Amino acid sequence: MSVTLTPAEAPAKTGRAARVPDRHHRGVGRWIVLAVVTAGAVLMLVPFVFMLLNAFKTPGQYSTDGPLSWPSEFYTQGLRTYWTQVDFPQKLWNSALIAGSVAVLAVVVSLLNAYALGIGRVRGRLWIVGAFLLANMLPQESLVYPLYYFAKEVGLYNTRLVVIIIFTVIQSAFGTYLLASVLGTFPKSLLEAAALDGSGKWTILWRVVLPNVRPTLAVLLVFFFIWTWNEFLIPLVMLIDNQTQTIPVALASLQGDRLMDAPTTNAGALISLVPAIVFFLIFQRTLSRGITVGAEK
Amino acid sequence: MAATDALVTRGDTDPKGRRGPRRRRGDAGYWLYLLPGAVLFALVIGGPLLFTGYLSLTRWSGIGDPTFVGLENYQRLLDDTVFWQSFRNTLAMIVAMVVVPTVVGLVLAAVLFDTIGRRFKPRTANALRAAFYLPQVLPVVVAGIVWGWILRPDGALNGLLDAVGLGALTHDWLGDPDTALPAVMGVMIWVQIGYPVVVFMAALQRVDPELYEAAEIDGAGWARRFRAITLPQIRPETFVVALTCTIAAMKVFGPIYALTRGGPENATNVPSYFAYYTFFKKLQVGYGSAISTVLTLIIVVVALLFIRAQHRAERRDGSA
Repeated sequence: MSVTLTPAEAPAKTGRAARVPDRHHRGVGRWIVLAVVTAGAVLMLVPFVFMLLNAFKTPGQYSTDGPLSWPSEFYTQGLRTYWTQVDFPQKLWNSALIAGSVAVLAVVVSLLNAYALGIGRVRGRLWIVGAFLLANMLPQESLVYPLYYFAKEVGLYNTRLVVIIIFTVIQSAFGTYLLASVLGTFPKSLLEAAALDGSGKWTILWRVVLPNVRPTLAVLLVFFFIWTWNEFLIPLVMLIDNQTQTIPVALASLQGDRLMDAPTTNAGALISLVPAIVFFLIFQRTLSRGITVGAEK
Repeated sequence: MAATDALVTRGDTDPKGRRGPRRRRGDAGYWLYLLPGAVLFALVIGGPLLFTGYLSLTRWSGIGDPTFVGLENYQRLLDDTVFWQSFRNTLAMIVAMVVVPTVVGLVLAAVLFDTIGRRFKPRTANALRAAFYLPQVLPVVVAGIVWGWILRPDGALNGLLDAVGLGALTHDWLGDPDTALPAVMGVMIWVQIGYPVVVFMAALQRVDPELYEAAEIDGAGWARRFRAITLPQIRPETFVVALTCTIAAMKVFGPIYALTRGGPENATNVPSYFAYYTFFKKLQVGYGSAISTVLTLIIVVVALLFIRAQHRAERRDGSA
């Protein structure tokens, strides 16, 4: 970096600049720092290693050789037991259906709300945005019993639909808060130009506003999907049978079963986290791209 | 408002005046876009929230009609040792999910950015960051299941202790009231640490590298640069991380359910699990509503205090 100093400044700073290369190559210190941080990072990964090590071990070997031994054979019965016992494909479909529907619907609702609040600037919008923000911070315990009761009354209890409706609202509360502030700074000239062309509000929303905030919407879509996928309390209360339960609920209800052997526990945890990691890897680029685009605005 | 606008329009014929009523009609049009969101919001959040508030003043098993009992449930809360225990445990959760991750996250982000990022290849810093972030990707219940097994009497931690000759220390970590809470705290630190690291490292990207260069040229050591540059530069992010983590710590449910279900002897009970248990296991809906109402009020107050503190800090910076 010292190279970038302009010639005029350079002579004045020569005395100090001379020390810089010296600091950059102060060998021991930086290697110790690297070693400590790397040790911390390895420690973070240890549980994942344990999980892999024990997911493919026979229960017999687990009880004789303990959790640290190398698997003597590639045992997949634990995996298969978990797969059939919880009917994993059904759970995967339930989780994907619920999280996917919520992600799409919550983005649509957020966009409609934010259009009225950020561009329409309807009266009392600060209070409305405040209410949405509050809704996102509430503990779900303060909603769960009435929701459970109402769901039973209207016959939606133990349906995926009721979970979709509830999380569409909860996620869109956050989406509204975020998007309203993004749309609050939307360039007026674009809106006015469209209005002069005779476009109505509906057309402006879909033809002018939507294309401009698409990166932000993509980020929201990914967040809503992951958050809904990982939700636990409301699915636990609402979804009670094999046909409707999501992956986290199915996994947790198995855990209460003390008889489950260690390889099955680990195999179950392992396949349950695969979809989350795959999804994260696929959409990591959407996330960072969306965030940088948002930052440039 | 309407009357003045109308007057202005009639008296004033220039284009500016005529815009008034048209804009108002426009407002009415925009309300339509808020309608679906508002109806859903009232059904799923507003209504249930008010209903819970009302239920907290009743005795109800969930069947038949609730009996109004005034503040009885709240009085009962004051004398309930489990309730107080659950709130003490919330403080432990705040230490594990806010204090430790934020402090360690600040130092780690600064080390990764200022030392490792600049003295080694950026790829090294990125790989290390990914390792710290990985636990954040997996569903929190999965984390609970894996750690629940690791901490079991025949789990990996005891296996590890045996292997290194510390067999005397083996323990039923989650089953003993003395070690259950520290064990849960340890798991939560593991889960949470990646979030501040990633947020703070992203924040440091926007700090002008010349600030660090200049400070270094002036002979400022690592600690000095951390205090004088890193901390002030990423203060907005620190507020956001502290606020979101504090709220998450006060609401924590999934990990407790998966690890200990509040046990043993309420050693790891937290308000949200306590409310869930009171609702669905003890069928005391009124009492459960009182617990969740208190929790909600505390969260709202804490959030408002945070936001006000942030506002003040921003104003102070602005005037300085």
